[in-house]
Amino acid sequence: MSRTRALESSSSWRWTDRLGLAFAWLVGLLFCVICAAIVIYLLVQGIRYLHPSFLWTNPKVGNTQNETGGILAPLLGTALVIALAMGIATPVGVGIAVWLSEYARPRQLARVVESTVEMFAGAPSIVLALFGVILFRASFLGFLTEKTGGVVYGKGFFPAGAMLSLLALPLVVTSVREGLQAIPNHVREASYAVGKTKIATIRRVLLPAVRPDIITGSMIGAGHALGDTVIIVILLGDTYILQGVGHVPLLGTLRGTGDTLTSYIFDNAPTGDLNQPNKAFAAALVLLVIVLILNVIVDIFGRKARELKWT
Amino acid sequence: MRTAIDDELLRLAEDEGLSQDQRAELSLGALVCGVIVLLLAMVVFIVAQAWPSFAHNGLHWFGSGGNVDQQLESIFNSTSYLHKAVYTFHAWPLIWSTILTTAGAVILAFICSLFIAIFMVEFAPVPVQRILEPVVRVLASVPSVIYGLIGVLVLVPFIGNHLITQSERASVTPVIQLSGYSLLAAVVILTVMIAPIMISIFADGLRAVPRNWLEGSLALGVNRWRTFWKVAVLTARPALIAGTVLATARALGESVMLSMVSGSVGFAPNPADGLILFVEPSRGLAATILHNTDELSSPPMEHTLFAIAAVLLFSSLMLSLAGWGAKQPMKRYFQVGGAEA
Repeated sequence: MSRTRALESSSSWRWTDRLGLAFAWLVGLLFCVICAAIVIYLLVQGIRYLHPSFLWTNPKVGNTQNETGGILAPLLGTALVIALAMGIATPVGVGIAVWLSEYARPRQLARVVESTVEMFAGAPSIVLALFGVILFRASFLGFLTEKTGGVVYGKGFFPAGAMLSLLALPLVVTSVREGLQAIPNHVREASYAVGKTKIATIRRVLLPAVRPDIITGSMIGAGHALGDTVIIVILLGDTYILQGVGHVPLLGTLRGTGDTLTSYIFDNAPTGDLNQPNKAFAAALVLLVIVLILNVIVDIFGRKARELKWT
Repeated sequence: MRTAIDDELLRLAEDEGLSQDQRAELSLGALVCGVIVLLLAMVVFIVAQAWPSFAHNGLHWFGSGGNVDQQLESIFNSTSYLHKAVYTFHAWPLIWSTILTTAGAVILAFICSLFIAIFMVEFAPVPVQRILEPVVRVLASVPSVIYGLIGVLVLVPFIGNHLITQSERASVTPVIQLSGYSLLAAVVILTVMIAPIMISIFADGLRAVPRNWLEGSLALGVNRWRTFWKVAVLTARPALIAGTVLATARALGESVMLSMVSGSVGFAPNPADGLILFVEPSRGLAATILHNTDELSSPPMEHTLFAIAAVLLFSSLMLSLAGWGAKQPMKRYFQVGGAEA
């Protein structure tokens, strides 16, 4: 990007303008300092308490912070619930984006869909969590969670994953839609010209072309889902180990309750039930590292999406 | 992005009885409708669950009166040993706390973000710019629970030990305890949380301003700062609104961080008391739901919590509507600047 070059010195400016520039420098640098302080503080505090065994042991009940085990269950829980959420949000989000950008008729429906998705992008996650509470208490969804004597428990990986997918959905839709809109029409027309139908064009030409956007969108969505605590605390059950239901290995775990890194940190903070700040710091460091890795992936694929230029 | 060719193809397909395309369109449409119905069902379900609480209290629900924590407690207990459910609830202290934290953080973040975005887009030397961009992205993606943890272990003790004087502590002892869990901590951390959202949208809007508009102003002898301030910032107004709306929605719905640092007391800090306002604890709407989720088993409590959720949902929907409405009159004049809008 070309910028106006500093040919003049600011000493000739009026004092209000110089004050403005000085303030801009101040807040800009302050912002960098805050970010550096947060990352360095977490690194220092986290590394002190982070041992390899911390990652490989389950949380245990104990009196001191040496006896309470590690974060294996929260790590697994995080992976499971994010995989579940993105497994729902990515295909649904791509479907909505394709419909909005390629079909979008009747017009009125398209407008309603567009504004609804946009409006719910800002809905507080605690509202989604409460919606999950009533939705998954319904008896026809009872097969997804634990059921004792006809009463549906309504907590577990399925409810949490489903609500997290609603949280991530608008982000996937926006990203994929932008990618689709960046493809010029003559690409579609070329495909029609060689006799492809519209759906074949979408599947064979458009979707492969927006693959970087799909990956970027779902990674941004996963980042949001990863950082969410409320839905996990309310819908995942917040038990310290993975408590499966029934005997089927994976399905049983998914129907059962568990814990993720965010709720582990929440419980171990001084305001939580457990109050073990050392563990909270170590887990926060692990979470931060995961988030940063996701960021790097988004960066790489975002650059790839921008490199693909249509003429 | 339909073209005339699309329509032609569709007509051809219909003629030849090829329905695979139509089937694909129908199933995609059904998927979209399903998601929309689910989202609308959410509004209906939440309002339906909230209704008993609103119906019982009427407009007094939003008013003040009595101790909010005691009211919540008696609502929760009313099913266990009384026959009649209690619904009396006056949410003003919670609403006031949400308004104070959100307004404080949004105003503070708006000023800082505007200057940071200007700095990042136009004035920062290239190396500084290269650092700032990833910094914004990292801060935007740090989970709120980590902000809460840092707040609880760093900022809250600092405020408790250094910013609160003994006389201040003594002056409010009969009502509340000042321990560092405070409005100030909440506003500061919320500002750091929402500023990156604003900065990235503001910066996108500022970058989309056509160069020749700025060059025109520079050619008239206006200095760089004034040019950018008067031309680019004004042109990017739709982006400023979009960013502010998104950040406000985030601040409104924030519960985890606030429940950790703002102190869980249903207390309405009174601006008439002066600066002590900032070190007083409070609890917002979203944090109240999180604080009481274990008590969802009691039906009156559940209705009350859903009523709080309904208020939150309504305000966040109204916020996006207001943002959309505010952008409409500008669209006509600022087509170019509204890249994000």
